Amino acid sequence: MTTTTREVSAATMPATPQRPGGPVRWLREHVIQLAAAAALIYMFLPIFVVVLFSFNKPNGRFNDKFQQFSLDAWTNFCGVAGMCDSLKLSIAIGLVATLASVILGTLTAFALSRHRFAGRSGANLLIFMPMATPEVVMGSSLLALFVSLGVPRGTTTILIAHVMFCLSFVVVTVKARIASLDPRLEQAAMDLYANERTTFWRITFPLVLPGIVAASLLAFSLSFDDYIITNFNSETTVTFPIFVWGAAQRGVPPQVNAVGALMFIVSLAIIVLGQIVSRRRKRA
Amino acid sequence: MSAGAALAEAADKGNPAPDVNNGSGRRKWAPYVLLLPGAIWLGAFFIVPMIFLLAQSTQTGTFEQGYEQTLRFANYTDALSEYWPQFVRSFVYAGIATLLCLLIAYPLAYCIAFKSGKWKGALLVLVIAPFFTSFLIRTLAWQTLLADNSWITKTLNWLHVTDVTRFLGLTEGDRLLNTPLSVITGLTYNFLPFMVLPIYAALDRMDQRLVEAAQDLYSSPWKSFRKVTWPLSLPGVVAGTLLTFIPATGDYINAQLLGTPAYRMIGNVIDSQFFKILDYPTAAALSFTLMATILVLVGLYVRRAGTEELV
Repeated sequence: MTTTTREVSAATMPATPQRPGGPVRWLREHVIQLAAAAALIYMFLPIFVVVLFSFNKPNGRFNDKFQQFSLDAWTNFCGVAGMCDSLKLSIAIGLVATLASVILGTLTAFALSRHRFAGRSGANLLIFMPMATPEVVMGSSLLALFVSLGVPRGTTTILIAHVMFCLSFVVVTVKARIASLDPRLEQAAMDLYANERTTFWRITFPLVLPGIVAASLLAFSLSFDDYIITNFNSETTVTFPIFVWGAAQRGVPPQVNAVGALMFIVSLAIIVLGQIVSRRRKRA
Repeated sequence: MSAGAALAEAADKGNPAPDVNNGSGRRKWAPYVLLLPGAIWLGAFFIVPMIFLLAQSTQTGTFEQGYEQTLRFANYTDALSEYWPQFVRSFVYAGIATLLCLLIAYPLAYCIAFKSGKWKGALLVLVIAPFFTSFLIRTLAWQTLLADNSWITKTLNWLHVTDVTRFLGLTEGDRLLNTPLSVITGLTYNFLPFMVLPIYAALDRMDQRLVEAAQDLYSSPWKSFRKVTWPLSLPGVVAGTLLTFIPATGDYINAQLLGTPAYRMIGNVIDSQFFKILDYPTAAALSFTLMATILVLVGLYVRRAGTEELV
């Protein structure tokens, strides 16, 4: 904002000489940028540690001091007992939970943003509540439910819980996308004698699709990463976060760091790819 | 994480739904048909479990012999008189973490919204990216960063920062790990994106010309920030503080991995009551009290902040 004003004043008053600036002045003018840079460094510190220690050859059980560069964790990725099984289970649960929550959530989002009906604000509140509830409360209440009804806990109960907490985030993401649509596009299609079904599948749905994709990625990462709620509903089932929690008590093998680094790289690649695709589309 | 972005957009006072149903008989039911599957799921696995939790909180008995409903409300007073320190600690730690998040996130969000130019997209990705690694792995990385022999600990000791934090009761001796400070650091770190994204969304929506107008009217940069930018970013700040404070209060991963039993939060207590002590009624009572306290606090805060329509 300062730049704009400066440009304006420079344009209107070209005679004003630039005041000389010292390092103190530079610092004062860039306080915000410096604070932002510090924040970014803070955010990346642990990532740096995660990546670095995936190349470590720990001396003993605890991977907390960098000893020696090694590719062991990467070449012998599944070398830790149980890790890859837990990883596979987490990916499978994540995919199913994503599919289910995206279908349920997209339907709900359309209901809430395209219709006015009695109970709409109540429905909005119901969607908002899980996001405003601490995970430990949701986890323990599901545990109370399953224990009281004598339901054995395992993959099914984990899936039930994951679909539940992903649902709200899907609804909110898709709803935001629907709200940002230009209603004139649909009106134009209708004016050109497209019936409702055609309009929906040829106009509305493709436009909402990026929101659905974003919601899917979000749901998958929420499900894949969840420890607290999962722990309450897993009994002896071991998902990846539960494996890491267990490993944390005994000493974390560098392979866990390799998974962390891999997650970082893969999600970064997905985001960058997504941005390239959307930019291409805009240009086309 | 994009969770914050999503909620930020939710915090944007939702456009009123255009009424596409023109009252014709069949379509009157359309919204309910669309809504039903999701609503049933949330009803069955969010609302109903809450009722079971509430029911369990007044039961008596043992894990081995089963619990019986005796409407023993003293479970609540018993649990609270024993665990009030952990309760208070949870709210204090979460409060400090939320404040720190705001201090760190605001300049960052401001910079991305107003000072980044063509790098805006790239910067946003950078802000989200660290949080795609697993929550637990990130927290474990802080264990390494704050360990006794780490360069951070050594530097802070050398700069005598630890003297100040020790005076404030945040650290012990020369250590950073296993102190309140490390728990708060972890909480602040893990919930930071939930603060950055809503504030960014609010700032990004802001009409830049308002600030220019203020400066044209000879307002100083500080004053135009205080009178124009800050109030306009408030919806984002409110959404961000809620999104940070609520999960931070219930979190026990940070307290477990970066703290010691002396600095347990209420989440740790609930977890161990369920899984180690196997005292389900006490755990349920604590869990329900946490939920109720948060709802009351959030209600008061939102009313005070004046942004009532968050959904």
